[in-house]
Amino acid sequence: MFRTVAELVEIAEKENISISEVMIRQEMEVKEKTREEIFSEMEKNLEVMEKAIEDSLKGVESVTGLTGGDAVKIQEYMKEKTPLSGDLLLDAVSKAMGTNEVNAAMGTICATPTAGSAGVVPGTLFAVKNRLNPTREQMVRYLLTAGAFGFVVANNAFISGAAGGCQAEVGSAGAMASAAIVEMAGGTPQASAEAFAMTLKNMLGLVCDPVAGLVEVPCVKRNAAGSSLAIVSADMALAGVTSRIPCDEVIGAMYRIGQTMPSTLRETGEGGLAATPTGQLLKEKIFGSLA
Amino acid sequence: MKYNSVFDIIGPVMIGPSSSHTAGAAKIGKAARNLLGSEPSWAKIHLYESFAKTYKGHGTDFALAGGLLGFETDDPRMSKALEIAKERGLTIEFMEDTSAVSHPNTARLIIGNGEDQVELVGISIGGGKVEITELNGFELRLSGNHPAILVTHNDRFGAIASITSILAKNQINIGHMEVNRKDLGKEALMVIETDQNVEEAVLQELTKAQNIIQVSTIVS
Repeated sequence: MFRTVAELVEIAEKENISISEVMIRQEMEVKEKTREEIFSEMEKNLEVMEKAIEDSLKGVESVTGLTGGDAVKIQEYMKEKTPLSGDLLLDAVSKAMGTNEVNAAMGTICATPTAGSAGVVPGTLFAVKNRLNPTREQMVRYLLTAGAFGFVVANNAFISGAAGGCQAEVGSAGAMASAAIVEMAGGTPQASAEAFAMTLKNMLGLVCDPVAGLVEVPCVKRNAAGSSLAIVSADMALAGVTSRIPCDEVIGAMYRIGQTMPSTLRETGEGGLAATPTGQLLKEKIFGSLA
Repeated sequence: MKYNSVFDIIGPVMIGPSSSHTAGAAKIGKAARNLLGSEPSWAKIHLYESFAKTYKGHGTDFALAGGLLGFETDDPRMSKALEIAKERGLTIEFMEDTSAVSHPNTARLIIGNGEDQVELVGISIGGGKVEITELNGFELRLSGNHPAILVTHNDRFGAIASITSILAKNQINIGHMEVNRKDLGKEALMVIETDQNVEEAVLQELTKAQNIIQVSTIVS
Protein backbone atom coordinates (compact mmCIF):
# COMPACT_ATOMS: atom_id res chain seq x y z
CA MET A 1 0.00 0.00 0.00
CA PHE A 2 1.43 3.41 -0.91
CA ARG A 3 1.64 6.01 1.85
CA THR A 4 3.35 8.83 -0.01
CA VAL A 5 3.36 10.34 -3.49
CA ALA A 6 7.00 9.24 -3.85
CA GLU A 7 5.94 5.62 -3.22
CA LEU A 8 2.99 5.98 -5.59
CA VAL A 9 5.22 7.26 -8.41
CA GLU A 10 7.88 4.64 -7.64
CA ILE A 11 5.39 1.77 -7.97
CA ALA A 12 4.07 3.20 -11.25
CA GLU A 13 7.59 3.59 -12.69
CA LYS A 14 8.86 0.22 -11.49
CA GLU A 15 5.86 -1.68 -12.85
CA ASN A 16 5.65 0.58 -15.88
CA ILE A 17 1.96 1.34 -15.25
CA SER A 18 -0.10 4.50 -14.81
CA ILE A 19 -1.05 6.07 -11.46
CA SER A 20 -4.68 5.05 -12.05
CA GLU A 21 -3.57 1.44 -12.52
CA VAL A 22 -1.67 1.52 -9.20
CA MET A 23 -4.86 2.77 -7.55
CA ILE A 24 -7.01 0.07 -9.16
CA ARG A 25 -4.62 -2.72 -8.10
CA GLN A 26 -4.49 -1.45 -4.52
CA GLU A 27 -8.27 -1.15 -4.35
CA MET A 28 -8.66 -4.68 -5.73
CA GLU A 29 -6.32 -6.02 -3.07
CA VAL A 30 -7.56 -4.05 -0.05
CA LYS A 31 -11.28 -4.28 -0.80
CA GLU A 32 -11.16 -7.72 -2.41
CA LYS A 33 -13.09 -6.46 -5.41
CA THR A 34 -12.74 -7.25 -9.09
CA ARG A 35 -11.51 -4.72 -11.62
CA GLU A 36 -15.01 -4.66 -13.15
CA GLU A 37 -16.64 -3.89 -9.80
CA ILE A 38 -14.31 -0.96 -9.19
CA PHE A 39 -14.84 0.40 -12.69
CA SER A 40 -18.62 0.16 -12.51
CA GLU A 41 -18.73 1.73 -9.03
CA MET A 42 -16.54 4.61 -10.19
CA GLU A 43 -18.57 5.01 -13.37
CA LYS A 44 -21.65 5.60 -11.23
CA ASN A 45 -19.81 8.48 -9.55
CA LEU A 46 -18.92 9.78 -13.01
CA GLU A 47 -22.60 9.71 -13.99
CA VAL A 48 -23.55 11.71 -10.88
CA MET A 49 -20.93 14.31 -11.82
CA GLU A 50 -22.17 14.51 -15.39
CA LYS A 51 -25.76 14.92 -14.24
CA ALA A 52 -24.83 17.67 -11.76
CA ILE A 53 -23.10 19.63 -14.53
CA GLU A 54 -26.08 19.19 -16.86
CA ASP A 55 -28.42 20.41 -14.12
CA SER A 56 -26.24 23.41 -13.35
CA LEU A 57 -26.19 24.52 -16.99
CA LYS A 58 -29.98 24.68 -16.91
CA GLY A 59 -29.56 27.17 -14.06
CA VAL A 60 -29.96 26.55 -10.31
CA GLU A 61 -30.40 28.77 -7.30
CA SER A 62 -29.72 28.06 -3.62
CA VAL A 63 -32.39 28.45 -0.94
CA THR A 64 -30.74 31.64 0.31
CA GLY A 65 -30.30 33.07 -3.17
CA LEU A 66 -26.61 33.73 -2.44
CA THR A 67 -25.41 31.47 -5.25
CA GLY A 68 -26.58 30.05 -8.56
CA GLY A 69 -26.66 31.08 -12.19
CA ASP A 70 -22.99 32.01 -12.61
CA ALA A 71 -22.14 28.82 -14.52
CA VAL A 72 -24.79 29.74 -17.10
CA LYS A 73 -23.52 33.33 -17.30
CA ILE A 74 -20.04 32.11 -18.18
CA GLN A 75 -21.32 29.70 -20.85
CA GLU A 76 -23.29 32.51 -22.47
CA TYR A 77 -20.27 34.81 -22.38
CA MET A 78 -18.21 32.13 -24.11
CA LYS A 79 -20.79 31.87 -26.90
CA GLU A 80 -21.10 35.61 -27.44
CA LYS A 81 -17.54 36.81 -26.90
CA THR A 82 -13.97 35.55 -27.19
CA PRO A 83 -12.80 34.89 -23.63
CA LEU A 84 -9.38 36.27 -22.77
CA SER A 85 -8.34 33.20 -20.81
CA GLY A 86 -9.37 30.60 -23.39
CA ASP A 87 -12.34 28.35 -23.95
CA LEU A 88 -11.05 25.22 -22.20
CA LEU A 89 -10.09 27.08 -19.05
CA LEU A 90 -13.33 29.00 -18.84
CA ASP A 91 -15.38 25.88 -19.61
CA ALA A 92 -13.72 24.16 -16.64
CA VAL A 93 -14.41 27.19 -14.45
CA SER A 94 -18.06 27.23 -15.48
CA LYS A 95 -18.56 23.50 -14.86
CA ALA A 96 -16.72 23.58 -11.53
CA MET A 97 -18.83 26.50 -10.33
CA GLY A 98 -21.95 24.83 -11.69
CA THR A 99 -21.33 21.64 -9.74
CA ASN A 100 -20.83 23.65 -6.59
CA GLU A 101 -23.99 25.65 -7.29
CA VAL A 102 -25.89 22.36 -7.42
CA ASN A 103 -24.27 21.38 -4.13
CA ALA A 104 -25.26 24.68 -2.50
CA ALA A 105 -28.81 24.16 -3.75
CA MET A 106 -28.82 20.78 -1.92
CA GLY A 107 -28.73 18.81 -5.13
CA THR A 108 -26.95 15.47 -5.61
CA ILE A 109 -23.19 15.59 -6.11
CA CYS A 110 -20.18 13.33 -5.65
CA ALA A 111 -17.73 14.52 -2.99
CA THR A 112 -14.23 14.93 -4.53
CA PRO A 113 -12.72 14.91 -1.95
CA THR A 114 -15.40 16.95 -0.17
CA ALA A 115 -18.72 18.51 -1.11
CA GLY A 116 -17.43 22.08 -0.76
CA SER A 117 -14.70 21.31 -3.29
CA ALA A 118 -16.80 18.95 -5.42
CA GLY A 119 -16.66 21.14 -8.54
CA VAL A 120 -12.96 21.06 -9.32
CA VAL A 121 -12.34 17.44 -10.38
CA PRO A 122 -15.50 17.04 -12.53
CA GLY A 123 -15.30 20.61 -13.85
CA THR A 124 -11.80 20.09 -15.23
CA LEU A 125 -12.63 16.56 -16.42
CA PHE A 126 -15.61 17.59 -18.53
CA ALA A 127 -13.74 20.57 -19.98
CA VAL A 128 -10.57 18.63 -20.84
CA LYS A 129 -12.78 15.89 -22.29
CA ASN A 130 -13.77 18.15 -25.19
CA ARG A 131 -10.12 18.64 -26.11
CA LEU A 132 -8.67 15.15 -25.53
CA ASN A 133 -11.71 13.04 -26.52
CA PRO A 134 -11.05 10.32 -23.93
CA THR A 135 -12.83 6.97 -23.83
CA ARG A 136 -15.24 6.30 -20.97
CA GLU A 137 -12.54 4.15 -19.39
CA GLN A 138 -10.04 6.99 -19.52
CA MET A 139 -12.58 9.24 -17.79
CA VAL A 140 -12.98 6.69 -15.00
CA ARG A 141 -9.18 6.49 -14.79
CA TYR A 142 -9.07 10.28 -14.39
CA LEU A 143 -11.09 9.90 -11.20
CA LEU A 144 -8.87 7.06 -9.99
CA THR A 145 -5.71 9.10 -10.53
CA ALA A 146 -7.24 12.07 -8.72
CA GLY A 147 -8.32 9.66 -5.98
CA ALA A 148 -4.83 8.16 -5.62
CA PHE A 149 -3.33 11.57 -4.87
CA GLY A 150 -6.23 12.54 -2.61
CA PHE A 151 -5.72 9.29 -0.73
CA VAL A 152 -2.17 10.36 0.19
CA VAL A 153 -3.31 13.81 1.31
CA ALA A 154 -6.17 12.42 3.41
CA ASN A 155 -3.88 9.97 5.21
CA ASN A 156 -0.94 12.32 5.74
CA ALA A 157 -2.71 15.63 6.25
CA PHE A 158 -6.43 16.45 6.02
CA ILE A 159 -9.12 17.13 3.45
CA SER A 160 -11.67 19.05 5.48
CA GLY A 161 -11.95 22.79 5.97
CA ALA A 162 -12.77 22.33 9.64
CA ALA A 163 -9.48 20.52 10.16
CA GLY A 164 -7.14 22.36 7.79
CA GLY A 165 -8.83 25.29 6.04
CA CYS A 166 -9.75 25.63 2.36
CA GLN A 167 -6.19 24.70 1.32
CA ALA A 168 -7.15 21.18 2.48
CA GLU A 169 -10.34 21.16 0.40
CA VAL A 170 -10.09 23.21 -2.79
CA GLY A 171 -6.28 23.04 -2.50
CA SER A 172 -6.36 19.24 -2.47
CA ALA A 173 -9.08 19.07 -5.13
CA GLY A 174 -7.19 21.36 -7.51
CA ALA A 175 -3.94 19.46 -7.00
CA MET A 176 -5.70 16.12 -7.53
CA ALA A 177 -7.25 17.43 -10.75
CA SER A 178 -3.84 18.66 -12.01
CA ALA A 179 -2.35 15.20 -11.58
CA ALA A 180 -5.29 13.57 -13.36
CA ILE A 181 -5.16 16.00 -16.30
CA VAL A 182 -1.47 15.22 -16.79
CA GLU A 183 -2.14 11.47 -16.96
CA MET A 184 -5.04 11.91 -19.39
CA ALA A 185 -2.86 14.14 -21.60
CA GLY A 186 -0.18 11.45 -21.75
CA GLY A 187 2.26 12.80 -19.14
CA THR A 188 4.39 10.58 -16.90
CA PRO A 189 3.52 9.66 -13.30
CA GLN A 190 6.32 11.99 -12.13
CA ALA A 191 4.85 14.84 -14.20
CA SER A 192 1.51 14.22 -12.44
CA ALA A 193 3.30 14.60 -9.11
CA GLU A 194 4.94 17.85 -10.27
CA ALA A 195 1.57 19.26 -11.35
CA PHE A 196 0.04 18.26 -8.05
CA ALA A 197 2.84 19.96 -6.10
CA MET A 198 2.61 23.17 -8.13
CA THR A 199 -1.13 23.54 -7.58
CA LEU A 200 -1.04 22.78 -3.87
CA LYS A 201 1.89 25.17 -3.36
CA ASN A 202 -0.22 27.98 -4.72
CA MET A 203 -3.15 27.11 -2.46
CA LEU A 204 -1.16 26.98 0.78
CA GLY A 205 -2.59 29.10 3.55
CA LEU A 206 -6.05 29.43 2.04
CA VAL A 207 -8.53 29.73 4.88
CA CYS A 208 -12.07 28.36 5.22
CA ASP A 209 -14.27 31.37 5.96
CA PRO A 210 -17.79 30.65 4.69
CA VAL A 211 -20.27 33.52 5.03
CA ALA A 212 -23.04 32.55 7.48
CA GLY A 213 -21.38 29.12 7.67
CA LEU A 214 -22.94 28.21 4.32
CA VAL A 215 -21.10 26.31 1.57
CA GLU A 216 -21.79 29.15 -0.88
CA VAL A 217 -19.71 32.31 -0.45
CA PRO A 218 -16.81 32.07 -1.26
CA CYS A 219 -16.88 28.30 -1.91
CA VAL A 220 -18.40 28.42 -5.41
CA LYS A 221 -15.80 30.88 -6.69
CA ARG A 222 -12.96 29.06 -4.95
CA ASN A 223 -13.92 26.06 -7.08
CA ALA A 224 -13.38 28.33 -10.09
CA ALA A 225 -9.92 29.25 -8.81
CA GLY A 226 -9.03 25.63 -8.02
CA SER A 227 -10.01 24.37 -11.46
CA SER A 228 -8.21 27.11 -13.39
CA LEU A 229 -5.04 26.62 -11.35
CA ALA A 230 -5.31 22.86 -11.95
CA ILE A 231 -5.20 23.34 -15.72
CA VAL A 232 -2.35 25.87 -15.61
CA SER A 233 -0.22 23.61 -13.38
CA ALA A 234 -0.93 20.61 -15.61
CA ASP A 235 0.25 22.59 -18.65
CA MET A 236 3.37 23.68 -16.75
CA ALA A 237 4.19 20.09 -15.78
CA LEU A 238 3.55 18.86 -19.34
CA ALA A 239 5.97 21.54 -20.54
CA GLY A 240 8.61 20.01 -18.26
CA VAL A 241 8.46 22.52 -15.40
CA THR A 242 9.15 20.85 -12.05
CA SER A 243 8.53 21.82 -8.44
CA ARG A 244 11.66 22.62 -6.43
CA ILE A 245 9.90 21.37 -3.28
CA PRO A 246 8.94 17.68 -3.63
CA CYS A 247 5.26 16.79 -3.61
CA ASP A 248 5.22 15.04 -0.22
CA GLU A 249 6.96 17.97 1.43
CA VAL A 250 4.33 20.33 0.03
CA ILE A 251 1.64 18.11 1.58
CA GLY A 252 3.59 18.24 4.86
CA ALA A 253 3.70 22.03 4.67
CA MET A 254 -0.04 22.14 4.05
CA TYR A 255 -0.58 19.99 7.14
CA ARG A 256 1.57 22.15 9.41
CA ILE A 257 -0.03 25.36 8.15
CA GLY A 258 -3.47 23.89 8.82
CA GLN A 259 -2.50 22.92 12.33
CA THR A 260 -1.51 26.48 13.16
CA MET A 261 -4.66 28.00 11.63
CA PRO A 262 -6.95 29.47 14.29
CA SER A 263 -10.40 27.89 14.54
CA THR A 264 -12.00 31.18 13.38
CA LEU A 265 -10.54 30.38 9.95
CA ARG A 266 -11.49 26.71 9.88
CA GLU A 267 -15.14 26.44 8.81
CA THR A 268 -16.66 28.15 11.83
CA GLY A 269 -17.93 31.13 9.85
CA GLU A 270 -16.29 33.48 12.36
CA GLY A 271 -13.30 34.95 10.54
CA GLY A 272 -12.10 36.11 7.12
CA LEU A 273 -14.86 36.94 4.62
CA ALA A 274 -17.51 35.73 7.08
CA ALA A 275 -16.42 38.47 9.49
CA THR A 276 -16.61 41.34 6.96
CA PRO A 277 -19.45 43.87 7.36
CA THR A 278 -21.21 42.47 4.30
CA GLY A 279 -20.60 38.89 5.43
CA GLN A 280 -22.19 39.69 8.80
CA LEU A 281 -25.07 41.50 7.13
CA LEU A 282 -25.81 38.53 4.88
CA LYS A 283 -25.75 36.21 7.87
CA GLU A 284 -28.23 38.40 9.70
CA LYS A 285 -30.51 38.56 6.66
CA ILE A 286 -30.52 34.79 6.23
CA PHE A 287 -30.78 33.59 9.81
CA GLY A 288 -32.37 36.70 11.27
CA SER A 289 -35.41 36.13 9.12
CA LEU A 290 -35.51 32.40 9.89
CA ALA A 291 -35.22 32.79 13.65
CA MET B 1 -4.55 4.58 7.90
CA LYS B 2 -7.65 6.72 8.33
CA TYR B 3 -8.74 6.32 4.71
CA ASN B 4 -8.32 2.98 2.98
CA SER B 5 -10.31 3.24 -0.25
CA VAL B 6 -10.32 5.45 -3.34
CA PHE B 7 -14.08 5.74 -2.83
CA ASP B 8 -13.45 7.58 0.44
CA ILE B 9 -11.85 10.29 -1.72
CA ILE B 10 -13.98 10.14 -4.88
CA GLY B 11 -17.32 9.81 -3.08
CA PRO B 12 -19.70 9.50 -1.44
CA VAL B 13 -22.55 10.45 -3.74
CA MET B 14 -24.55 12.74 -1.51
CA ILE B 15 -27.06 15.52 -1.11
CA GLY B 16 -25.23 18.84 -0.58
CA PRO B 17 -23.98 21.06 0.82
CA SER B 18 -21.15 19.62 3.00
CA SER B 19 -19.45 16.22 3.08
CA SER B 20 -18.37 16.56 6.70
CA HIS B 21 -21.35 18.53 8.02
CA THR B 22 -24.09 16.88 5.95
CA ALA B 23 -23.01 13.43 4.66
CA GLY B 24 -20.81 12.73 7.70
CA ALA B 25 -23.55 13.86 10.07
CA ALA B 26 -26.03 11.54 8.37
CA LYS B 27 -23.62 8.63 8.83
CA ILE B 28 -23.22 9.39 12.55
CA GLY B 29 -27.01 9.49 12.92
CA LYS B 30 -27.34 6.18 11.10
CA ALA B 31 -24.65 4.54 13.26
CA ALA B 32 -26.58 5.60 16.37
CA ARG B 33 -29.80 4.16 14.93
CA ASN B 34 -28.06 0.86 14.10
CA LEU B 35 -26.71 0.62 17.61
CA LEU B 36 -30.11 1.29 19.11
CA GLY B 37 -31.49 -1.40 16.86
CA SER B 38 -34.74 0.43 16.09
CA GLU B 39 -36.11 3.83 15.14
CA PRO B 40 -35.62 6.23 18.06
CA SER B 41 -38.60 8.14 19.45
CA TRP B 42 -36.43 10.86 20.95
CA ALA B 43 -32.95 12.28 20.48
CA LYS B 44 -30.84 14.85 22.33
CA ILE B 45 -27.96 16.02 20.19
CA HIS B 46 -25.02 18.07 21.45
CA LEU B 47 -22.98 19.86 18.78
CA TYR B 48 -19.46 21.17 19.30
CA GLU B 49 -17.13 23.71 17.63
CA SER B 50 -17.58 23.87 13.83
CA PHE B 51 -20.68 21.65 14.05
CA ALA B 52 -22.16 24.01 16.68
CA LYS B 53 -21.28 27.21 14.80
CA THR B 54 -22.50 26.24 11.36
CA TYR B 55 -25.02 23.43 11.70
CA LYS B 56 -27.97 25.43 10.37
CA GLY B 57 -26.15 26.58 7.25
CA HIS B 58 -24.72 23.17 6.48
CA GLY B 59 -27.89 21.22 7.13
CA THR B 60 -26.16 19.24 9.89
CA ASP B 61 -29.47 19.23 11.77
CA PHE B 62 -31.54 17.64 9.01
CA ALA B 63 -28.69 15.28 8.11
CA LEU B 64 -28.45 13.94 11.67
CA ALA B 65 -32.23 13.53 11.64
CA GLY B 66 -32.01 11.77 8.27
CA GLY B 67 -29.43 9.36 9.65
CA LEU B 68 -31.61 8.62 12.67
CA LEU B 69 -34.43 7.83 10.23
CA GLY B 70 -32.11 5.43 8.38
CA PHE B 71 -31.48 7.57 5.27
CA GLU B 72 -28.37 7.02 3.16
CA THR B 73 -26.22 10.09 2.29
CA ASP B 74 -27.81 10.40 -1.17
CA ASP B 75 -31.44 10.03 -0.04
CA PRO B 76 -33.47 12.72 -1.84
CA ARG B 77 -35.65 13.15 1.28
CA MET B 78 -32.59 14.35 3.25
CA SER B 79 -33.37 18.08 3.31
CA LYS B 80 -36.90 17.31 4.55
CA ALA B 81 -35.69 14.95 7.29
CA LEU B 82 -36.67 17.24 10.19
CA GLU B 83 -40.28 17.38 8.98
CA ILE B 84 -40.33 13.63 8.29
CA ALA B 85 -38.95 12.97 11.79
CA LYS B 86 -41.81 14.97 13.26
CA GLU B 87 -44.36 13.02 11.20
CA ARG B 88 -42.87 9.73 12.37
CA GLY B 89 -42.97 10.79 16.02
CA LEU B 90 -39.26 11.37 16.54
CA THR B 91 -38.58 14.37 18.79
CA ILE B 92 -35.14 15.90 18.35
CA GLU B 93 -33.50 18.52 20.52
CA PHE B 94 -30.29 20.25 19.38
CA MET B 95 -27.86 21.86 21.81
CA GLU B 96 -24.86 24.03 20.98
CA ASP B 97 -22.26 22.82 23.46
CA THR B 98 -19.18 24.88 24.29
CA SER B 99 -17.25 22.11 26.07
CA ALA B 100 -13.74 21.44 24.77
CA VAL B 101 -13.48 18.54 22.33
CA SER B 102 -10.51 17.15 20.43
CA HIS B 103 -12.07 17.30 16.95
CA PRO B 104 -13.85 20.36 15.48
CA ASN B 105 -16.71 18.33 14.00
CA THR B 106 -18.02 16.49 17.02
CA ALA B 107 -21.56 15.43 17.92
CA ARG B 108 -22.85 13.62 21.00
CA LEU B 109 -26.11 11.77 20.38
CA ILE B 110 -28.29 10.45 23.14
CA ILE B 111 -31.20 8.60 21.59
CA GLY B 112 -33.82 6.25 22.86
CA ASN B 113 -36.94 4.26 22.21
CA GLY B 114 -38.97 2.77 25.07
CA GLU B 115 -36.52 1.30 27.54
CA ASP B 116 -33.59 1.23 25.14
CA GLN B 117 -31.09 4.06 25.08
CA VAL B 118 -27.79 4.69 23.32
CA GLU B 119 -25.28 7.46 23.85
CA LEU B 120 -22.48 7.92 21.38
CA VAL B 121 -19.94 10.48 20.27
CA GLY B 122 -19.14 10.70 16.58
CA ILE B 123 -16.59 12.80 14.74
CA SER B 124 -16.73 13.70 11.07
CA ILE B 125 -13.15 13.68 9.84
CA GLY B 126 -13.66 14.93 6.27
CA GLY B 127 -14.98 13.85 2.89
CA GLY B 128 -17.91 12.05 4.51
CA LYS B 129 -15.74 9.76 6.68
CA VAL B 130 -16.72 9.40 10.33
CA GLU B 131 -15.43 7.72 13.46
CA ILE B 132 -17.30 6.70 16.59
CA THR B 133 -15.12 7.67 19.55
CA GLU B 134 -17.39 6.92 22.49
CA LEU B 135 -20.29 4.57 23.13
CA ASN B 136 -22.33 4.49 26.36
CA GLY B 137 -19.43 5.98 28.30
CA PHE B 138 -16.78 3.70 26.79
CA GLU B 139 -14.00 5.20 24.75
CA LEU B 140 -13.43 3.44 21.47
CA ARG B 141 -12.21 3.98 17.95
CA LEU B 142 -14.53 2.67 15.36
CA SER B 143 -13.62 3.56 11.79
CA GLY B 144 -16.75 2.36 10.08
CA ASN B 145 -14.50 0.81 7.39
CA HIS B 146 -15.60 -2.67 8.40
CA PRO B 147 -18.64 -4.34 9.94
CA ALA B 148 -18.36 -4.47 13.71
CA ILE B 149 -19.86 -6.28 16.68
CA LEU B 150 -20.17 -4.43 19.97
CA VAL B 151 -20.49 -6.66 22.99
CA THR B 152 -21.30 -5.26 26.42
CA HIS B 153 -20.24 -7.80 29.03
CA ASN B 154 -19.32 -8.26 32.67
CA ASP B 155 -15.62 -7.78 33.31
CA ARG B 156 -14.94 -11.45 34.21
CA PHE B 157 -12.38 -13.96 33.01
CA GLY B 158 -13.47 -16.04 30.07
CA ALA B 159 -15.96 -13.52 28.64
CA ILE B 160 -13.66 -12.59 25.77
CA ALA B 161 -12.68 -16.20 25.09
CA SER B 162 -16.31 -17.28 24.90
CA ILE B 163 -17.04 -14.64 22.26
CA THR B 164 -13.94 -15.26 20.16
CA SER B 165 -14.44 -19.03 20.22
CA ILE B 166 -17.99 -18.63 18.89
CA LEU B 167 -16.65 -16.42 16.09
CA ALA B 168 -13.87 -18.92 15.35
CA LYS B 169 -16.37 -21.79 15.23
CA ASN B 170 -18.38 -19.82 12.65
CA GLN B 171 -15.25 -19.04 10.64
CA ILE B 172 -15.48 -15.30 11.20
CA ASN B 173 -12.14 -13.51 11.08
CA ILE B 174 -11.43 -10.63 13.46
CA GLY B 175 -9.67 -7.70 11.80
CA HIS B 176 -9.37 -5.45 14.85
CA MET B 177 -10.46 -5.79 18.44
CA GLU B 178 -10.36 -3.73 21.60
CA VAL B 179 -11.72 -4.07 25.11
CA ASN B 180 -12.60 -1.23 27.45
CA ARG B 181 -14.01 -1.27 30.95
CA LYS B 182 -15.39 1.43 33.17
CA ASP B 183 -13.91 -0.09 36.32
CA LEU B 184 -12.42 -3.36 37.52
CA GLY B 185 -15.06 -6.08 37.62
CA LYS B 186 -17.83 -3.83 36.27
CA GLU B 187 -19.35 -3.50 32.82
CA ALA B 188 -16.98 -3.71 29.87
CA LEU B 189 -17.23 -3.33 26.11
CA MET B 190 -15.66 -5.41 23.37
CA VAL B 191 -15.43 -3.84 19.94
CA ILE B 192 -14.73 -6.39 17.25
CA GLU B 193 -14.24 -5.42 13.61
CA THR B 194 -14.85 -8.34 11.29
CA ASP B 195 -14.19 -8.93 7.61
CA GLN B 196 -17.79 -9.81 6.83
CA ASN B 197 -21.22 -8.99 8.22
CA VAL B 198 -22.22 -11.41 10.97
CA GLU B 199 -25.43 -13.39 10.59
CA GLU B 200 -28.33 -13.11 13.01
CA ALA B 201 -27.95 -16.73 14.20
CA VAL B 202 -24.37 -16.05 15.28
CA LEU B 203 -25.44 -12.89 17.10
CA GLN B 204 -28.07 -14.91 18.96
CA GLU B 205 -25.39 -17.38 19.99
CA LEU B 206 -23.15 -14.55 21.20
CA THR B 207 -25.98 -13.05 23.25
CA LYS B 208 -26.46 -16.36 25.06
CA ALA B 209 -22.80 -16.71 26.07
CA GLN B 210 -21.89 -16.33 29.73
CA ASN B 211 -21.43 -12.83 31.18
CA ILE B 212 -22.73 -11.18 28.02
CA ILE B 213 -25.15 -8.31 28.61
CA GLN B 214 -25.88 -7.03 25.12
CA VAL B 215 -24.75 -7.52 21.54
CA SER B 216 -25.20 -4.93 18.80
CA THR B 217 -23.76 -4.52 15.34
CA ILE B 218 -22.65 -1.98 12.80
CA VAL B 219 -23.25 -3.25 9.31
CA SER B 220 -20.93 -2.10 6.55
